[in-house]
This record gives sequence, structure tokens and C-alpha cells, in this order.
Amino acid sequence: MAEEIFYWQALNRALDAELAADESVIVLGEDVGLYGGSYRVTEGLYAKYGEWRVRDTPISEGSFTGIGVGAALAGLRPVVEIMTINFALLAFDAIVNMAAKIPFMSGGQFPMPLVVRMPGGVAKQLAAQHSQRLEQMLMNVPGLRIAVPATPQDAWWQLRQAIRSDEPVVLLEHELLYFSKGPLDMALEAPPMHRAQIRRAGKQLTLVTWSRMVEISLRAAEKLAGKGIDVEVIDLRSLRPIDWERCVASLKKTHRLLIVEEDSHFAGAGAEVAAGLAERCLYELDAPPQRVAARETPIPYNATLEAESIPRVGDVIRAAERLCGV
Amino acid sequence: MEADRLKTMLRDMLLARAFEERAAQEYAEGNIAGFLHLYPGEEAVAVGVLRAAEPSDYVISTYREHVHALVRGIPPGEVMAELFGKRGGCSKGMGGSMHLFDRERRFMGGYAIVGETFPVATGIAYAIAMRDLPEVAICFFGDGAVNQGTFHESLNMAALWKLPVLFVCENNRYQIGTEIHRHSAVTEVYKRACAYQIPSKKVDGMDVLEVHAATLEALEQIRGGNGPQLLECETYRFRGHSMADPGSYRPQVEVKWFETNEDPLKIAIAETVTPYPDEEQIAAVGGDNIQRLRGHLHQEEVLTPDELETMRKAVAEEVEAAVRFAKESPEPDWEDARNALECNRQGEVLI
Repeated sequence: MAEEIFYWQALNRALDAELAADESVIVLGEDVGLYGGSYRVTEGLYAKYGEWRVRDTPISEGSFTGIGVGAALAGLRPVVEIMTINFALLAFDAIVNMAAKIPFMSGGQFPMPLVVRMPGGVAKQLAAQHSQRLEQMLMNVPGLRIAVPATPQDAWWQLRQAIRSDEPVVLLEHELLYFSKGPLDMALEAPPMHRAQIRRAGKQLTLVTWSRMVEISLRAAEKLAGKGIDVEVIDLRSLRPIDWERCVASLKKTHRLLIVEEDSHFAGAGAEVAAGLAERCLYELDAPPQRVAARETPIPYNATLEAESIPRVGDVIRAAERLCGV
Repeated sequence: MEADRLKTMLRDMLLARAFEERAAQEYAEGNIAGFLHLYPGEEAVAVGVLRAAEPSDYVISTYREHVHALVRGIPPGEVMAELFGKRGGCSKGMGGSMHLFDRERRFMGGYAIVGETFPVATGIAYAIAMRDLPEVAICFFGDGAVNQGTFHESLNMAALWKLPVLFVCENNRYQIGTEIHRHSAVTEVYKRACAYQIPSKKVDGMDVLEVHAATLEALEQIRGGNGPQLLECETYRFRGHSMADPGSYRPQVEVKWFETNEDPLKIAIAETVTPYPDEEQIAAVGGDNIQRLRGHLHQEEVLTPDELETMRKAVAEEVEAAVRFAKESPEPDWEDARNALECNRQGEVLI
């Protein structure tokens, strides 16, 4: 039975379910315990599971993420919450040099059941240091898996799958999605963690996107339908690995590719999507792939400028029209 | 202390030195490449600490970790084969000199980014404490590592949550080429621990017995649930930082014997290799830890000169066998690499 709940609640239930199912699961991060999480994701878990399972840490991103790595090596299944991805820059050594490397460079001896959860993206006037996604920085790291849930249902599924996986997974959440609502059916069987999903079927243009841009893209697709352009919206759900097969199948039908991403254009995640699909099916395309992305600027504090920094519904519509020669 | 334990420790140290000297030779011959950080001069630390540990304790080490691995019981052949990058290596040729791992022996890795051992050890200790086990995470690091943020962050958390970690500083006075008084406002590393109320002690890292005794004491405290401890072992590396280090930054008195024993031919072959002094020269300089332990063993009459010779020969043969094993071990292929990368996939369907 599906119910309408917030994205943060879906994550909360996923953590609760896994903490209950397996005593080796622990949660650690800044204010995840007594406070209940900056975005309420860990609300109630400290009271239920105690301080050893739900651990408030000092502001030491580099070391508490590394502690997650060490704990994973010794048999725990840590879920590290980094308050925002902007702070994760301090933890990149633990994520990139440790979690992604240890299983490999030990010759395959060690499991790395580590989940690093963090929100990113442009929220509401948080200024340049709190408004990044940085997803492409992690995409380039073999040994990592990256999930980007856009809905409460996916948040529930993908967080649980990430916790159960013995490989390190980064879960990129979004600050503006936490308080968005959507249906959640906890009894539904999950698709594979990194499989893309068609959110809207269409025939004339394939729009590939993920995370918060899924919602923007769907709104644009509705308006485009009114203008006679039938858009297929694919939610990648994952940035490493990428489900190329479903994207290629869609392009064989539509022959046009539009990529919508919140991060900046240059060398962003969309560049990899465009290149990967061009390699696979360039001759299926009737027009060069196009990207709608953020401006090449740190995100300004000013509300108007901030809103104009990243793709809006109108930007997506205009790009789709151009691509279809309208 | 029982004679057997002393003999074991001397044998460890002889093996350590013979192994490292041979590794240098194999590097010069092109059988080992990359960065190779050798341990001569520091043997008393690894041996003294790890012979005080239990098999159930975890060891987390740096990129200068061959000897820690050997003392922990990883067969010399597997360590040498890893240096050679072969499939028979303890990390199957995927890690190399700086990344030795052995899960079964709880050798949790050599880490090549300075300061990484702190959070890894603290995380392992978290898992131990949460399960209330009588185990300890033994965390090695150099004097240079104490200037990384992870040192302070991890010590804070280890103390805050009373985690069973033994922090062992191998203070060889140089962070690569910068001497400690030029890289640290506080040159006595053990004093830094007081910022986190962690009991700490400075010991003579050239004296294996002193290191061993201090470690036993610290481990007992830690196992008693009293939280982390820190040991600073003052030591010295006889070689450069790595095989790529000509060592030009050290004062003349320190490097004198390097100069008098320089072999121009060897230098011509491998410009960066610094020769190692013979025993007489070490004795003239003083402070060599192997010499000191051997003297102690003679006094205690637990080892005759003949037995020492036998031990030397056995160690030499062991190193020879290790090199043979490494040479004969096959090269890993891409299937090995893929297996290492996907070792945790467990049949999971991703897409």
C-alpha cells in the first residue's frame, strides 16, 4: 500500500529497517543522534538504538568518514552522514583513497560495506560554499558506486540496497528533495540499485536526468506535450555505473538526446552521459546531443541570480524546442 | 624475560634487516619498482611492539611496513612477492610495497597517504569497543604524520569514546627531508597526546626490550577499558626516506659514514641508492638497535656466538627463499585485477 510521505521520512524508515535487521549497521555523523539529523533523516533512531549504533561525531569529516572505513574493515556496516557534500571535500581522502581503494589494493581481501550519505545541490540562498553537487568528482573514481535517488520510493529502496551491499556506495541526496512528498510502498520489490527508470514515456526526444532535475524535467515535459513535443524522461537513478542500455533503447526510438543537470556544464556528469551515449549510438541521433546545465559560476547568494544559475523549467523547454527544430 | 622471547625478537630483527637489504638490492636490479621505503635502523619498534601484541589485535601501518608485516607473521615470500608485484604477494600484486594486507593475520594494511592510519585504526577500535571485545587496534605512524588533521581529529574521538587504540609513533626525526625541529612546534611527539588526555610515553626506540615492556604495559591499560594510549619511540632510519631519496638534507655527522662507504659503481648504476654501513661502522656510530639487543643476549647467556651465526644463516636462507618465491610467482593478469576490484560484488545485480 503506497502512502504519501516526505523523502526524508523514506530515508529514515530505510535506516530504521536496516538498523533493526542487522546489529552491525551503525550510523555516524554530525548531529545524527540527539539532534535527529540536520534534515530529520535520523530522527528517533538515537533513542531506539543507542549511542553506539547512532553516533554523534565532532566536526571532523575527514576522520569520521575514515572511521567509517575502519569500522567497515572490522565487520560493521557504517552509514556515514556528511551534512552536505560541500563538507565532503574534507572527507575525499577517506572516500577516494581509502574506501574505493582498499578492497582492490588488498588483492580482494576486504569487504567495504560503507555508505556515505550526503545531500548536495542548490537549495535556498545558501551561497557558493553550500550549493554544490560535485557529483562528477566522485564519478571518476573506480571502486565507488553512486546512487542519486529522486523520489521517496527510490530513497527507501536505494539506501537499503546500499547498506546491504559489501561495496562502498555514495548516496547523493538533495537538500530540496528532503521535504518533497511522493508515494512510498514499502512492500514493493526493488529494481536493481543502478537501473535507470523511464519516468515519462515519449517518442520524440529522450531527456536524461537525475536527482532534483527529474522533477523540473517532468514539468517541462508536460508543457512540451502541450506544444506537440513528446518527451521521454529517463531518471538515471545512478551515476556510477550508468544504465546505458535503457538510454540507448530510448534513443533508438526518439533519435534526440537532451541532458539536464544541476551542476555546471563544463566537465560535468552530463558530459559523461553525452560521450557515453555518442560512443554507443551516435548514428541513431538526428541532432547533436545537448546539455542544459548550471552556469559557469559559483552560486550567488542573491535570490534572483541564484534561481537563474541552474536549469529551470523554461530553460529545459527552450532547449527541447531547439533540439526538435521548433 | 624468557630466553625464547628474546631469541625470537633478535631473529625478527635480523630477518628484518636482511630482508630490507635484499629488497634494496632487488630494487637496484630492477625487480622492484615504484616507491620503496626501507626500515633499517627502526627494527626495534616494529619487533618490540608487535611481539607484545596478541594475534587478535589489529595492526594498521604506514607505507614503511614490510617489517611490521614480517613480524606479524606474513611469510617473507609473500611480502617479497608483493614487492615484486606478483600474484603470490600478500596483496596479489595489486598493492605493492606500500599496501601490504593480510586479513587472516589482521594486518589491516599499509597506507600511503600520511595520516590515514589514525582514522582507520580508530574505526576498527570503534567496532571492537561496540562489541566489547578484548582486542586493540595498533596504529603506527611517523613523526611527520602528527601534523595532519586526522591525528588530532582521530585522537580526539578515540579519547572521547575511550576506544582501544595504541598509537605508536615511529619518530625517526625526519618527515622525508625535514627534521622534526623544522616541522613541528613541539618536538616531543608524546606531549601532543596530553591535548586529548591520552596517556603517553616516550621510549628509546633503539632498545627493543624497552619498547616491548612499554607496549605490554600500554596494552594492558587499554584492555582494561581505559581508552587509548600513545607511545613515542625515538628511532632513526639509516637509509633515505625511500629509494628515490639521495638524503642530501642530513647533517654531515649523520651522513659521514655514507660518504666514506660510497661505492661509485653502484651509484652510477642506481644514482639514488644509498649504501648501508657494515657492522663495524655502525658500532663506531653507535646506537644500533641490533647491536644492543645482541649484547643483552650475550650478557643473559641465552645465545652463543655459534647460535647467532646459525641464526644469521637461517635468516639469510629465508630471505633467499623469499626472493626465489617472488621470482617464481606468476604475474597477475587482468582477471586477477577484476576479481580484486569486484571482490565484494557477491552476485549483486547492479543494473
